[in-house]
Amino acid sequence: MRYVIALPFLWLGIFFLLPFALVLAIALGTNAPDSVPPVDLGIGLKSFTLLFTDDLYLAAWLTSLRIAATSTLVALLLGYPMAYAIARAAPRRRPLLLMLVVLPFWTSFLIRVYAWMGLLDENGLLNQFLRWSGIAANPGTILGTEWAVQLGIVYAYLPFMVLPLYAVLEKLDVSLLEAAADLGARPIAAFLTITLPLSLPGVVAGCLLVFIPAVGEFVIPDLLGGTETLMIGKVLWDEFFTNADWPLASAVAICLLVLLAAPIALFQRQQARGPEPARERRR
Amino acid sequence: MSGPIVKIEGLTKRFGAVAAVDRVDLEIARGELFALLGGSGCGKTTLLRLLAGFETPDAGRLLIDGQDMTGVPPHFRPVNMMFQSYALFPHMNVAENVGYGLRREGMAKAEAATRVADVLEQVRLAEYAQRRPAQLSGGQRQRVALARALVKRPKILLLDEPLAALDRKLREGTRFELVRLQAELGITFVMVTHDQEEAMSMATRLAVMDAGRIVQVGTPYDIYERPASRFVADFIGVANILKIEGGWLALRPEKIALSVERPGLPNVAAGKIVDIAYEGDRSLYRIATDGAVMIVSTTPNLSHRRGDSVWLGWAADAGHPLDA
Repeated sequence: MRYVIALPFLWLGIFFLLPFALVLAIALGTNAPDSVPPVDLGIGLKSFTLLFTDDLYLAAWLTSLRIAATSTLVALLLGYPMAYAIARAAPRRRPLLLMLVVLPFWTSFLIRVYAWMGLLDENGLLNQFLRWSGIAANPGTILGTEWAVQLGIVYAYLPFMVLPLYAVLEKLDVSLLEAAADLGARPIAAFLTITLPLSLPGVVAGCLLVFIPAVGEFVIPDLLGGTETLMIGKVLWDEFFTNADWPLASAVAICLLVLLAAPIALFQRQQARGPEPARERRR
Repeated sequence: MSGPIVKIEGLTKRFGAVAAVDRVDLEIARGELFALLGGSGCGKTTLLRLLAGFETPDAGRLLIDGQDMTGVPPHFRPVNMMFQSYALFPHMNVAENVGYGLRREGMAKAEAATRVADVLEQVRLAEYAQRRPAQLSGGQRQRVALARALVKRPKILLLDEPLAALDRKLREGTRFELVRLQAELGITFVMVTHDQEEAMSMATRLAVMDAGRIVQVGTPYDIYERPASRFVADFIGVANILKIEGGWLALRPEKIALSVERPGLPNVAAGKIVDIAYEGDRSLYRIATDGAVMIVSTTPNLSHRRGDSVWLGWAADAGHPLDA
C-alpha cells in the first residue's frame, strides 16, 4: 500500500525533478562549443544575466506575453458564447456539440497547423477565394505575420477554453436565472449579476489553460509566424539547435517555468477555495 | 381597483402532445391564500409558472389585476415567486439576495437597505444578513427566499411547494407562520402543493387539479364535505365510496359510528374488524362488510379486537352523493 502511494512521487522525481535538476545544472554552466555535450558545468549566472540584459530576450518575453494574452482574450470571447450555447442546448444534443469541439484533436496538432499554412499562404485557399470572388484583387498575405500566429493559437487552444466554461455553465441552476428574472432583472442584468460571477471559476480555468501553453508556444509561431514574430519558445529552440548554446536555452526554459508557475499556483489556490466569492457590482 | 386579482380564461399549455394545463378557467380574489392542489404531473406547477411568466400559454388569457399578461416577460410582472429549491444566489449574502430585486428596480441604496432590514426583521433573520446561503439551515434559507420575494411588495406572491423541503417538525410551525404573514401583509398568496393537509389547513380557497384540468374549486370545508367527484373525495382525506342508486356516496371515516350492538341509525352494516391502527388521538379500523372493506375513524376504544364482529351505522345526511 505504502509503495502505491509513493508511485506518483517516484514518477515526478524521475520525469520532472531529475530533468529539472539537469536543466538547472546546465543553465548554471558555461557554453563550451567544442565539448560533447557543449557545456562546462559550474556555478555561474552568466546565462541568466544575459537573459535580463539583452533586449532581444526581453522583447521576446513581451511579445510572447502579449500574443498569449490577446489570444486568450479572443478565445474567451469566442469560447464563452459557444460554451453557453452548448450548455443551453437540448440535453440529447449536447454530446454531439461537445464532440464537435473536441473533434480537431483527432488529427495531429502539427498537421492542423500545416493545414493553416495551406489556407493562409500567398496562393492559399483564402487568397484564391478572395481573388475569385472579387472581394480583393490583390490581397496581402497573412502567413508569416503576427495575425497568423494569433489565429493559429486561438484555433488550436479554443477547445481548452470551451470545455471548462461548459463544465461550469452546464452546472448552473436555471432556476437562479428564473429567480433573477422574477425579481425584475432583464436578461442582460441577469447574465452580468448571476451567470457571469458564477461562471468565473470556469473563466479562470479556461484562460489559464489557453494562456500557459500559448506563452511557450513554439510550433505555431515557427510555422505560421515570420521572422519578426519572436516568441520565447522560438528563441529557446534557436538557442538550443541553431546556436547550440545549451546554458542559455536552459536558462530560458527555467524562466519560462517560473513565469508560468505563478498563474498555475494562483489557479490552484482559487480551485481549493471553491467558487470565487464575487461580489455583485454596486450601482 | 376592484375585481379579481387573477382572472384566467381557457388557459392552455402543451408540452409536445401533452396538455399540461388544459382549458383552465379560474378567478382568484384579492387577499386570498389560494392553493393549487394535485398529484405530480397534474399541471399545478405549470399553472404557477404561467402566472410568473416562465411559460407562455398556447391558448387562453391570463389577467393580473385587470391587465392582460400576454407577452409580458417575468421581469415586468407584478408578481414574485418563492421557488421550491429557493433558488438563492450562492455568491451573495442574505442581505444582497433580499436586496437584489430592489436594486434591479433602481431603488436608492439607503432606501433599499432599510427595506431589506425591515423584511429580514419580519422573517426573524436580522442577525444573518451577512451570511451566505450555504451557511444557513434549511428553515433559514426558506425564510430568505420568502423575504426576497416579499421585499418587492408584489401584487401576488407565488409559492411553489413552500414547505416541501422542510422537515416535518418545522413544516407545522412554518405553516402557521405563512398564514399569519399573509393575513398581516394582505398580499394575495398563490401556493402550489401536493400535500392535501397543507392545502386544507392553510388555504382560504383551493383548486384541485387532475390531468391539466381544475376538477373543483372551493373552500377547504366545501371540498371536504361536498367533493364534486370520486377523484376529489378520494384525493382529499380518506373517503369510503359506496355504490348507490344513480351514482356513488362519499362517506368520511369519522362520520361512521362503530358499535357492538346494532345501532339505531338509518344506515347500518354488519362487518368484521380486519385491521386496527391506533394513532393516539384516534383509531383507524378497516372493517370487512358485505359489499366492501370500509375505513372507520373513532376515538380509541381498546376493547375492540381484530376479528370482532361489529356494526357500522351512519346518519341519513352523513354521506355526500356523487354522480361522477
